Amino acid sequence: MSAMPSTPAVPASDVDVAAPTAMGGAGGRIALRERGTSFAALVIPPLLVFLVVIGAWILVSQVILAESKRFLLPPPWAVVDVAFLDGHNRAELFTSLWLTTKAAMVGLFLSIVIGMGTAIAMSQAKWVERSLYPYAVVLQTIPVLALVPLVGFTLGYNFSSRVFVVVLIALFPVITNTLFGLLSVDQGHHDLFSLHKGGRITRLVKLQLPAAMPAIFTGLRIAAGASVIGAVVGDFFFQQGTPGIGTLMNTYASELESERLYAAVILSSSLGIVVFLAVTWLERRVVGRWHTATRGTR
Amino acid sequence: MTQTLTASPSTQAPPGLTFDAVAMRFPDGTQAVEEASFSVAPGEFVSIVGPSGCGKSTLLKITAGLLDATGGHVGIGPGNLGYVFQDATLLPWRTVRGNVELLGELEGMPKAQRRTAAQEAIDLVGLGGFESKYPKSLSGGMKMRASLARALTLQPSTFLFDEPFGALDEITRERLNDELLALFERERFAGLFITHSIAEAVFLSTRVLVMSARPGRIVGDFEVPFAYPRKPELRFEPAFAELSGRVSESLRGAFA
Repeated sequence: MSAMPSTPAVPASDVDVAAPTAMGGAGGRIALRERGTSFAALVIPPLLVFLVVIGAWILVSQVILAESKRFLLPPPWAVVDVAFLDGHNRAELFTSLWLTTKAAMVGLFLSIVIGMGTAIAMSQAKWVERSLYPYAVVLQTIPVLALVPLVGFTLGYNFSSRVFVVVLIALFPVITNTLFGLLSVDQGHHDLFSLHKGGRITRLVKLQLPAAMPAIFTGLRIAAGASVIGAVVGDFFFQQGTPGIGTLMNTYASELESERLYAAVILSSSLGIVVFLAVTWLERRVVGRWHTATRGTR
Repeated sequence: MTQTLTASPSTQAPPGLTFDAVAMRFPDGTQAVEEASFSVAPGEFVSIVGPSGCGKSTLLKITAGLLDATGGHVGIGPGNLGYVFQDATLLPWRTVRGNVELLGELEGMPKAQRRTAAQEAIDLVGLGGFESKYPKSLSGGMKMRASLARALTLQPSTFLFDEPFGALDEITRERLNDELLALFERERFAGLFITHSIAEAVFLSTRVLVMSARPGRIVGDFEVPFAYPRKPELRFEPAFAELSGRVSESLRGAFA
């Protein structure tokens, strides 16, 4: 038994704030660090890397490559000049990018709706999970590239088959991460809801979905990147109809239009980055206040 | 088994808690609890001490209806049942206020009433000013206070505590003990408290039960004679030490 000297009564909250407890303390420190990160510290490191990459690019293009082989990697200013300063080329690139963006976004949206719906159904009944999960895995393991031409045959070479390809690729991460989140609710929280007659719907809406949010966003981030890749892959195969950015890549590659090819690659990866940032922003808005992503304490 | 979790005086069970030969054998054959019989009247605060895994928590879970006993009967008197878990079990996406309002929300309490009840409970446990903080920025002791406040909103007439302060440091634990006592004196609920700490059990309770290692049986039963209100200094009085010693001895026997 402890022989601790008795402590005089002080207002409770004073003591508790200072009381060192592992969980509360660590959470607070991480939160402080994030708030303390200045804009400069956030922007300068990636900017430096960007400059290094551009420098290396120029080095390879102007110094290492022989003049006859320079078409393999034209210098950055040539890319800007040919692809972005020329009105016709720029219009072509951005029209295609817009088409690809639409396919990616509609596909991503459908993946979220279908994927979350499926995962919720799976979390509610074990038999649904048992029946559907194997096919979700199949969806992930079949080589989508092999399926794409079949999609073209059956759905036609139009917008909807591009969207279909996106859904094929982006659906799985949404399903698995949502399901994982819904099923990993703390047992104590479940007991709490059981004690107070929390029904199925109440439990889903007030407990499981909010608890699953961080996992859902992990899935969304993966799906968002995948949706852009899916849309570009779709473009590659659906050469008929209005060209997407992937279609252009294919054309430029075969015509050795390397300036415009690089521009197309840069644009499609920029699209990926924008989508990724948008999801990250949304994640901060939705779970940032209460959830601290686990990462190693340094 | 008679189970009344909310206000519905339909059961004939006497006020407080009545355990009648309650037994629990898990499907894997483990006999967790064997023939536990005792009762807790309103205004009584009974603590159960015992070695880890002796089925103390199982007994509480059976009482709350989270588990079904395989034998015997638990009678729960009219009124709400409060349950304070080992962990604070706060929902991390809700603020302190949101968490404290949760039970009222689940039990269908009107919004205005819920608000008032939550604010009263928050003030009572000394969390005033922290209403809009999220659990991640609270210390362990403050989380436990919020958890306590949450249970208080339903004004339970029977209160179950499953080792609520086990993870706290000594000073925070003693302070929360003092405050829990103040609550008990005010509300006069029937309290059943599970703990590892003999000092905590003796300090809080009107009666201390000692449970043996598996299968859990009640092997010691001590009346605690100290009058309420109890001062923190009680912990250093000879009579307190003497009683704690006897409980400790009984507990040592329980391990054998």
